[in-house]
Amino acid sequence: MAIVELKNVAKNYGSQIKGASSSNAVDNFNLVTRDGEFVVLVGPSGCGKSTTMRMIAGLERNTEGEILISGRDVSQVPPKERDIAMVFQSYALYPHMSVAENMAFSLRLKKRPAEEIKQKIDEAAQTLGIQHLLERKPRELSGGQRQRVALGRAIVRDPQVFLMDEPLSNLDAKLRVDMRAEIVKLHKRLNVTTFYVTHDQVEAMTMGERIVVMKDGKIQQIDTPINLYEFPANRFVAGFIGNPSMNFLPAKHVDGVVSGDGYRLSLDAAHRAAMASRGAADVWAGIRPEHLRLSDAAATNRIEGTVDVVETLGAVTMVQLSVGEHAVSAQLPGHRKVQLGDTLTLTCDSDKLHLFDNESELAIAREPTAASSAAEA
Amino acid sequence: MNSNRFTNGALGVLAWGVALLIFFPILWLLLTSFKTEQQAFTVVPNFFFSPTLESFKMALAQGSGYWHYAWNSALIAVASTVIGLALAVPAAYAMAFYPNKRTDFLLVWMVSTKFIPAVGVLIPIYLVYSAVGLLDNALGLTLLFTAMNLPIIVWMVYSYFRDIPKDIVEAADIDGASIMQTLFKVVLPLALPGLASTGLLALILAWNESFWSITMTDHRAATLAVYIASFKSAEGLFWAKMSAASVLAIAPIIVLGWFTQRQMVRGLTFGAVK
Repeated sequence: MAIVELKNVAKNYGSQIKGASSSNAVDNFNLVTRDGEFVVLVGPSGCGKSTTMRMIAGLERNTEGEILISGRDVSQVPPKERDIAMVFQSYALYPHMSVAENMAFSLRLKKRPAEEIKQKIDEAAQTLGIQHLLERKPRELSGGQRQRVALGRAIVRDPQVFLMDEPLSNLDAKLRVDMRAEIVKLHKRLNVTTFYVTHDQVEAMTMGERIVVMKDGKIQQIDTPINLYEFPANRFVAGFIGNPSMNFLPAKHVDGVVSGDGYRLSLDAAHRAAMASRGAADVWAGIRPEHLRLSDAAATNRIEGTVDVVETLGAVTMVQLSVGEHAVSAQLPGHRKVQLGDTLTLTCDSDKLHLFDNESELAIAREPTAASSAAEA
Repeated sequence: MNSNRFTNGALGVLAWGVALLIFFPILWLLLTSFKTEQQAFTVVPNFFFSPTLESFKMALAQGSGYWHYAWNSALIAVASTVIGLALAVPAAYAMAFYPNKRTDFLLVWMVSTKFIPAVGVLIPIYLVYSAVGLLDNALGLTLLFTAMNLPIIVWMVYSYFRDIPKDIVEAADIDGASIMQTLFKVVLPLALPGLASTGLLALILAWNESFWSITMTDHRAATLAVYIASFKSAEGLFWAKMSAASVLAIAPIIVLGWFTQRQMVRGLTFGAVK
């Protein structure tokens, strides 16, 4: 268990790899974990999340800044002396060793007594339900079983920090959901500080105590799942977190109302106050599909469009509309019958509306309340 | 369908033709080795004759030195292969798992040294060897063969190492293994089939080498290549005996090659086929 601190950490491959870009792969990364926290790094591919994890592991050296594990600066310390365990996307099991040997490898290198090694392997195998596989070779295992062995190899070590690099992305959808829950349970039991890298925002939302959203090597926002959902710091986070993703409409602000071709939305008090100083400005209006509902033409907040696509999922019906020249998706109750080509009027509550600056794309006047911030700290 | 079958048939015939063409000298060598010197000299080639082991007896006879040369060949081939592998493994390891900007260039440069004709470096090497007393010396020849094969060995071992997922090496690193432990407990066991075929190829190349053997040795450190060449003497050519000697020289390597051909084919595809 440990507190991990990253201070102004940056990585530049420029001098290391031929043809690498001279800009930073990870830039100005700052984060302090709690002891035993589960932190998820999420972002599209190439955003620097894996590089960040590899720097914590010591597989890459940070070119700037400091990485501290339990207060010790490990920036120049080789991986094996950092007391971390890592689960790889490919599992990276040693193909020529049995499951038991895979799990024993690190302990044998540390010259632990055979008795202790056996006991630890048995414990881990029990926890993960792989007792019957101990004598098998990795190639004789299914993907899910390999995944468990990879986890087992990490937990027998009692490391200070767990690093998991997209550990579930090679599993099929059903198994992924099961393993997701299992990893969370495992973390609750072991209470070891864990970094988890994924490109899947659903995985991030369901597993992370705190989520670091990254893009182009830069942190976009660090927050709890619910705060990311309710108070995205910018348009990227708003679009990335939440499934289906948020609708964005370019809108003109006049006197507490933002509008465009086919939509007119009035602002709540907080937005009104923030927009007052901006006057007539162009902004992005963001609305989540699940906050849209059917309404009549008389509603103050309304979005009108014709139905392009209808996806009936049973519990809900996903509808895509053309609003002016923009596409808007809405999540409607499953029992609603919607036909292609219908003209629908949708509405949403003003306090569910998000506004983003037209240029910086930063959120306007949407911040976590004092209560939710306190919960996070 | 029909034209397809015709094409296949034609290709088959062509393949057999090429194979026969390549094999013919060896067949002729084998036939000649069972002839008498008179039969070997007939202008009209003679496929049917009563075989004799006379030439083999001569070639293996006490004083012919076959066993001396064979021992040298084996010793030098094995030693140069072992030294070559010992040098190539760390080099390939560094390039495969810790590549930098210059790795690609380095690999090409190493192989490009094979483009230099041996004769081009003969004089300087001969003079150096002569000065340090490595002429007609088993160690001298071993070093030459090691140098000659090293680029190929490095290249092959490198490509086998590249086939090992980097994650596995990194996992060992995180698990607390030193570079040596990673090498011996993880990388080498995984690359063993590749190392075996690389070693085999190096062994064969060293065994078959004749240019350096003939120019750099006289008798003491001479290999089977020198032995074969010795039948081309001032008194004339002894076709049958030379053939018998050649058969004896190539026999061990052909037998070795026969038993390891699967390994060899896999080795020469450089890990492209799994």
